[in-house]
Amino acid sequence: MKDEISRDDRVANLKGMGCSRKRVEDARFTQGKGNYVDDIKLDGMLFGDFVRSPYAHARVTNIDTSAALKVPGVLAVLTAADLAPLGLHWMPTLAGDKQMVLADGKVLFQGQEVAFVVAVDRYAAADGIDAVVVDYEELPVIVDPFESQQSDVVLREDLVALDGSIPPGAHGPRKHHNHIFTWSAGDKDPTLEVIANAEVVAEASMYYHRTHPCPLETCGCVASMDKVNGKLTLWGTFQAPHAIRTVVSLISGIEEHNIRVISPDIGGGFGNKVGAYSGYVCSVVASIVTGKPVKWIEDRMDNLMTTAFARDYHMTGKIAATPEGRITGLWCHVTADHGAFDACADPSKFPAGFMNICTGSYDIPTAFLEVDGVYTNKAPGGVSYRCSFRVTEAVYFIERMIEVLAIKLNMDAAELRRINFIRKEQFPYKAALGWEYDSGDYHTAWDKALATVDYAGLRAEQAQRVADFKAGKTRKIMGIGLSFFTEIVGAGPVKNCDILGLGMFDSCEIRIHPTGSAIARLGTISQGQGHATTFAQILASEIGLPADSITIEEGDTDTAPYGLGTYGSRSTPVAGAATAMAGRKIRAKAQMIAAWLLEVHDNDVEFDVDRFVVKGSPERFKTMKEIAFAAYNQAIPGLEPGLEAVSYYDPPNMTYPFGAYVCVMDIDVDTGVTEIRRFYALDDCGTRINPMIIEGQVHGGLTEALAVALGQEIAYDKMGNVKTGTLMDFFLPTAWEVPNYETDFTVTPSPHHPIGAKGVGESPHVGGVPCFSNAVQDAFRPFGNIHTNMPHDHWRIWQMANKLGLHG
Amino acid sequence: MIPAAFDYHRPKDIAGVLALLAEHGDTARVMAGGHSLIPMMKLRMTDVQHLIDLQDVGGLSGIEIGSTSIRIGALVTQAELIDHARLAIAAPILREAALQIADPQVRYMGTIGGNVANGDPGNDMPGLMQCLNASFTLAGPDGERQVAAREFYEAAYVTARSDDEVLTAVTIPMPAGGHAYEKQKRKIGDYATAAAAVQIVNSGGTCSSAAIAMTNLSDTPVFSEAAGAALVGSSVDNAALNAAVAAMLEDIDPTEDNRGPVAFKKHAAGVILRRAIERAWSRA
Ligand SMILES: Cc1cc2nc3c(=O)[nH]c(=O)nc-3n(C[C@H](O)[C@H](O)[C@H](O)COP(=O)(O)OP(=O)(O)OC[C@H]3O[C@@H](n4cnc5c(N)ncnc54)[C@H](O)[C@@H]3O)c2cc1C
Repeated sequence: MKDEISRDDRVANLKGMGCSRKRVEDARFTQGKGNYVDDIKLDGMLFGDFVRSPYAHARVTNIDTSAALKVPGVLAVLTAADLAPLGLHWMPTLAGDKQMVLADGKVLFQGQEVAFVVAVDRYAAADGIDAVVVDYEELPVIVDPFESQQSDVVLREDLVALDGSIPPGAHGPRKHHNHIFTWSAGDKDPTLEVIANAEVVAEASMYYHRTHPCPLETCGCVASMDKVNGKLTLWGTFQAPHAIRTVVSLISGIEEHNIRVISPDIGGGFGNKVGAYSGYVCSVVASIVTGKPVKWIEDRMDNLMTTAFARDYHMTGKIAATPEGRITGLWCHVTADHGAFDACADPSKFPAGFMNICTGSYDIPTAFLEVDGVYTNKAPGGVSYRCSFRVTEAVYFIERMIEVLAIKLNMDAAELRRINFIRKEQFPYKAALGWEYDSGDYHTAWDKALATVDYAGLRAEQAQRVADFKAGKTRKIMGIGLSFFTEIVGAGPVKNCDILGLGMFDSCEIRIHPTGSAIARLGTISQGQGHATTFAQILASEIGLPADSITIEEGDTDTAPYGLGTYGSRSTPVAGAATAMAGRKIRAKAQMIAAWLLEVHDNDVEFDVDRFVVKGSPERFKTMKEIAFAAYNQAIPGLEPGLEAVSYYDPPNMTYPFGAYVCVMDIDVDTGVTEIRRFYALDDCGTRINPMIIEGQVHGGLTEALAVALGQEIAYDKMGNVKTGTLMDFFLPTAWEVPNYETDFTVTPSPHHPIGAKGVGESPHVGGVPCFSNAVQDAFRPFGNIHTNMPHDHWRIWQMANKLGLHG
Repeated sequence: MIPAAFDYHRPKDIAGVLALLAEHGDTARVMAGGHSLIPMMKLRMTDVQHLIDLQDVGGLSGIEIGSTSIRIGALVTQAELIDHARLAIAAPILREAALQIADPQVRYMGTIGGNVANGDPGNDMPGLMQCLNASFTLAGPDGERQVAAREFYEAAYVTARSDDEVLTAVTIPMPAGGHAYEKQKRKIGDYATAAAAVQIVNSGGTCSSAAIAMTNLSDTPVFSEAAGAALVGSSVDNAALNAAVAAMLEDIDPTEDNRGPVAFKKHAAGVILRRAIERAWSRA
């Protein structure tokens, strides 16, 4: 048999790894044909919505629902008193704490859920909400975590024993009634000693402000309890549908096989949709009570004010070095404001996430990190907004500390980074705070980045600009933002990562159909990442069937294998690995089938793109399509019919993507307006599955980084009122504010991942935030700036300039 | 974000509008583009029981450019202001300002009448109209009356228009000289941190007239007569610019919000005005 087409064409036809295959999802998204949770409409479906607290801290002395129940269309109003007999007025959080589903005697943050109004539609529900009368008795409000740890005001009475003592929390002893945990990593005394004896020590205190992931689609669900067969179906914006199924089962007592959780199309998650929210619980209860499907959809203000904020980290650092700039030690303390309930979404053993990646890309021999979690009267959350657990905080911290040290040493910050990078030959590298970095080549990436942007030329231009500014020739100054980041993604090894006791493996199940097409189901769920495109590419390369003939399905717990979902850049590192491994199982069986068909020994055939060939006789082969058919129509001795495989993948380690970013910015010191002239992003995410999708992910992540660095915040006043509850004040950049990004790459595969891929969706956010911030801060460095907190919006930049005396 | 129930009315003429307003008093509101009103209703910050949609009312559209004045119907949208070729020549400042309002989607709906009648200190058109010395035509139960834009604004959301009147048109004396609308905002779709409208006449190197109004720096737009006066008779040199800015700062009264503290807003107002004057003068 002779093939008509060349081997190159056969490779191209597969649209496998490495090609910029167009996103298969986009046809429906660009035509408005997506199926989001709010598109789900069921017969007799009701709508539920919340009465929310206007106060940040108050006793709830009475809830009068009588008028609301008279509003036409209102069927029920649930309060904590209704949920209490079911034990559902509180629910467990992912962080080992518990959280009120509906206000149980008091409210602890503005916007907290007080009652759930169930009505025939959302208009009636809104009228019902207006008619519920709640009596509040205001209590003193604490929005500052430092004040909180000193205050006599007890935020969580439920966490104080009757004798007034403070029982330990999920992560050990607590120091004060408003304190949640202390968590540490590294060696305290040796670090303090290094710092005490160091010739150079730079210090900084920085506040990484509270912000919010703000996906375009807010959170929501539809709960439908079928009382006849006892089955609960729950559609929702879940980043981890299986985990939600298990949690729902554990808290509701419904057996897990009777619960089906479906994540339909999801319009962005960025960490906002990992947690469990009151809306889910109340919808389920309301469906059980009414016997009808119940929908709950947040509006934008609900979303910004109540579900899952990100960051709110007060970080203090000391970094020690030799006069030549070799870093010898790093100390970091964090006061973490977790809000009213500890509902951070982190692996159970990591209450501060992977903050202990804060030694960054540098070979720092000695380090110590300590984090204190604290309650305040703010919304709960603390999720990883487009990053692996607290990695944005860690990278921001170290990339600022490097800049602050460079100032102290009067050194160029690019050079300081270079002399401290972990060297290529040191990988796998064991960091002082515990992690083992899998692979990297930082110097090559850095040199490429600096050469591309003509770093020396930029510095010369900046020096000229400073001179011109001082001479009164211009009011615009210029900043060169640098960042070099290392992420830790792909949680993760079951031995150290679990959520609520569920090990953080992931999974893929493949079925090859007789005609040579396939369906693969995964335990993850795309929220825009393009899994249906990229996972099919992995499989195409592994099993030799065209990506266009492979359906990828996720998000239905009745059909997909168990997995821990999509966040923390874990889909490619974990589920992507499972996909490759399942594909290899398919291939192993296909090899036996091919050998039988070709009448040779198993070891006499080898895989080649889309077929098995007899070694040394390329004209004797069986294509995967032929093999697939044979699997279903031949009685092959010793082989079961069919061609299916499943893999549950427990990664041996996490992956460590890295990158080098440079931002060139002009700043008007009078108006505080910033203009990004250039942004260069070099990413090394190991093996590149789809360059176009990588580029899209980088653009999106950088845009969210720009937002956070330059203005996106959830701000509270002293009374605990949210000041930024709408998109007028909460900064969501549009095409207008976004610069043209230049993307670039190096490829350093992960040695332990089956295809060497590391994950990229979050890198640009992690590396981008410090890069934008460093650009602003670098512009003011010649005028005496050492560190100024984000967000760098207009007035705060003006204030920076003002403090440095630049307004004459 | 769900409005309370309301009745929807869609009269065909002004008489019908006035009759509905007379019947329902302050429980009724007219709606033009709805892009200020509907958000307020969704937030349940405005209680409207009778919504009177103006879209079918005749006589409220059209831009007429006369020899000494320009008449713009209340329902003319911001997009229409931008697209009108002859208006762009006769009064280019309107186009320059309208392009800095919100985004294209909002501008397709938002009208000039709604923008000036709304009374929100953040709206850009009111200050602009004060700069241009426009007057507003109000139709009420007792017929029509004209109110000068410079007399129209009393406090935030409080104007000289009474509840039973409709604004039907805006009339602008033909502008002369150079113009500029300068606006600082945080992002597209944002109201001004500070904005300045300047129309200035250059008579042989000397400024012979100047009109200046500021936006979102008080609870009403601010027509700063003193700032304009500071320029008249000068060559718009640095001293005159300083005097104009100083005079303007006396007239504004900004408050702190998420756009920044008072000191910043005053600083930004000064910078924005200076730039606006310089640009207007360069075109005069
Ligand atoms: C995202 C967003 C950003 C925006 N940014 C800006 C901005 O930067 N600058 C800016 O100036 N505006 C901005 N706006 C407001 C926008 O320009 C509005 O369209 C405008 O303020 C009101 O015009 P309208 O036709 O939509 O009026 P409506 O919303 O219909 O009405 C506004 C008010 O005026 C009254 N009214 C309307 N027409 C008449 C009339 N003929 N007679 C009497 N009363 C009347 C109504 O009763 C109501 O009280 C923004 C709006 C949005 C949604």
